[in-house]
Amino acid sequence: MDDWTTLGYLASAVLFILGLKRLSRPRTAVRGNQFGATGMLIAIVVTLTDNAILGFEWIIAGLVLGTAVGAVLAVRVQMTAMPELVALFNGFGGGASVLVAAASYIEAADLATDTPRLSAAAGLAALIGAVTFTGSLIAFGKLRESLKWSGFKGMQVVSVVGVAAAVVFGVLMVADAGNALWIWLMVAVAAVLGVLVVSPIGGADMPVVIALLNSLSGMAAVAAGFVLDNSLLIIAGSLVGASGLILTQIMCVAMNRSLLAVMFSPAPSGAGGPSADDVYAGKVRSTSADDVAMLLEAAERVAIVPGYGLAVAQAQHAVRDLARRLEDRGTQVVFGIHPVAGRMPGHMNVLLAEAEIGYEQLVEMDDINPTFEQTDVTIVLGANDVVNPIARTDPSSPIAGMPILDVDKSGVVVVIKRSLSPGFAGIPNPLFAADNSMMLFGDGREAVVGITKALQQI
Amino acid sequence: MDLLIAVTLFVLAVFLGIELITKVPPTLHTPLMSGSNAISGITIVGALVAAGADHSTFTAVLGFAAVTLAMINVVGGFLVTHRMLGMFGPKRRRDTSAQDSKASAAEGAGDR
Repeated sequence: MDDWTTLGYLASAVLFILGLKRLSRPRTAVRGNQFGATGMLIAIVVTLTDNAILGFEWIIAGLVLGTAVGAVLAVRVQMTAMPELVALFNGFGGGASVLVAAASYIEAADLATDTPRLSAAAGLAALIGAVTFTGSLIAFGKLRESLKWSGFKGMQVVSVVGVAAAVVFGVLMVADAGNALWIWLMVAVAAVLGVLVVSPIGGADMPVVIALLNSLSGMAAVAAGFVLDNSLLIIAGSLVGASGLILTQIMCVAMNRSLLAVMFSPAPSGAGGPSADDVYAGKVRSTSADDVAMLLEAAERVAIVPGYGLAVAQAQHAVRDLARRLEDRGTQVVFGIHPVAGRMPGHMNVLLAEAEIGYEQLVEMDDINPTFEQTDVTIVLGANDVVNPIARTDPSSPIAGMPILDVDKSGVVVVIKRSLSPGFAGIPNPLFAADNSMMLFGDGREAVVGITKALQQI
Repeated sequence: MDLLIAVTLFVLAVFLGIELITKVPPTLHTPLMSGSNAISGITIVGALVAAGADHSTFTAVLGFAAVTLAMINVVGGFLVTHRMLGMFGPKRRRDTSAQDSKASAAEGAGDR
């Protein structure tokens, strides 16, 4: 690597840092992303002019194929499907790191240029990268809801054995570095581990998993950087690893669950608490679109709280139309966004942005909670656990202590939902039976369209 | 590169990353994730070297697969982030460019 290459990599690293910094403000975010892309372009061009590269046919084939597939995926994806696309990209990043580490390890073994450091780093890259790859593919399948499998009994024992095997293969990669078999065994066991770790996790825990896999894809790049002795891979990978970790942490805090609890005791059971019949019997009031329209007509301030159901029903444009109609009448409309609403961090914000709702209208949990008492009508659309007041009141509940949106404090709560079925936590929601609540049963999009129509006729 | 220097780079970059990301508002979490995800495609640098090193056909094929995967990650990640960020924006700006009169009417009535 000559000095020019090193300086080019430095320029890339600086652009990545500036890009991430600009990504933190809506006004500068587009520029930030362009900075990142420019940094990447510089890194690629600088690498291609490096004299370690002798043949270009494989490179060109890979660049063309990767660009085509990546561009098609990025242009065609629906905003509601963003979580699975990001999961897939995470996996590809991890997979690439595995292949890079394997190629370097095999080449070093053939040329007898291996060092303990290279072998150990290659082992780490293979381990982290392969876990990221298969873990992300599982997450992808779960998010598409084409994969329901959540593992088998005694899976955690198998995982522990897998981790032990990975350690053994890692040691063998260093001790017996001339043998390429070890890295493939490492990749195989790590691939199985990725499946085992992610399979049991599902539903509302997905934001944590995606954030964690995002972090791991960065860490895999760091490990590949140690294999190749490449400062840019180390720096860029660390930035991504740190960002994914922060998001993981934010998601865990927003659910009041530790990362270990999410990973190893998934799917909290609703057992022990009051049954759905006790909570709902005779107390649930059902309402109609016309009645909701009357309420909204008289309201001065309306809050809309979306959840994953908004994405499922593809209701973002219908919600936008309702919000605009209300604003035409002089009603103030805000959106209350829980940090873990949806299937990835910021999922709701992207959907509402797609429907051209300005980001000033999207209010974070801590900012909107004090305002619910002054809110005349709150519409809960496809959210459940994040508005369950039991999190505040019942310390024995599986969601005890989870920060929630205090929608029950507003004048009237309209819950749009298909049925009274429980959310991810599997517990009934006393909000649905509260005196100031009413249920509007049905598909989220159709219900909102119905309210908007009824509002037009008033 | 000396191992200790590499470790130093790693630790400092992690701290820098934490400082940079802690300030990102929740609204931008998804674009941040897809954008940083694209940056993790930096493995492309190693993939290019593996694919072009001309060591053996096997390592070249591994390199080719790595270049392909990393390039999907890079191109797809930056493009989809760009697409998403294009949708984010203050309401004002969008209302002036909105084609439907309903949107502009909403601005007049719901001005805040």
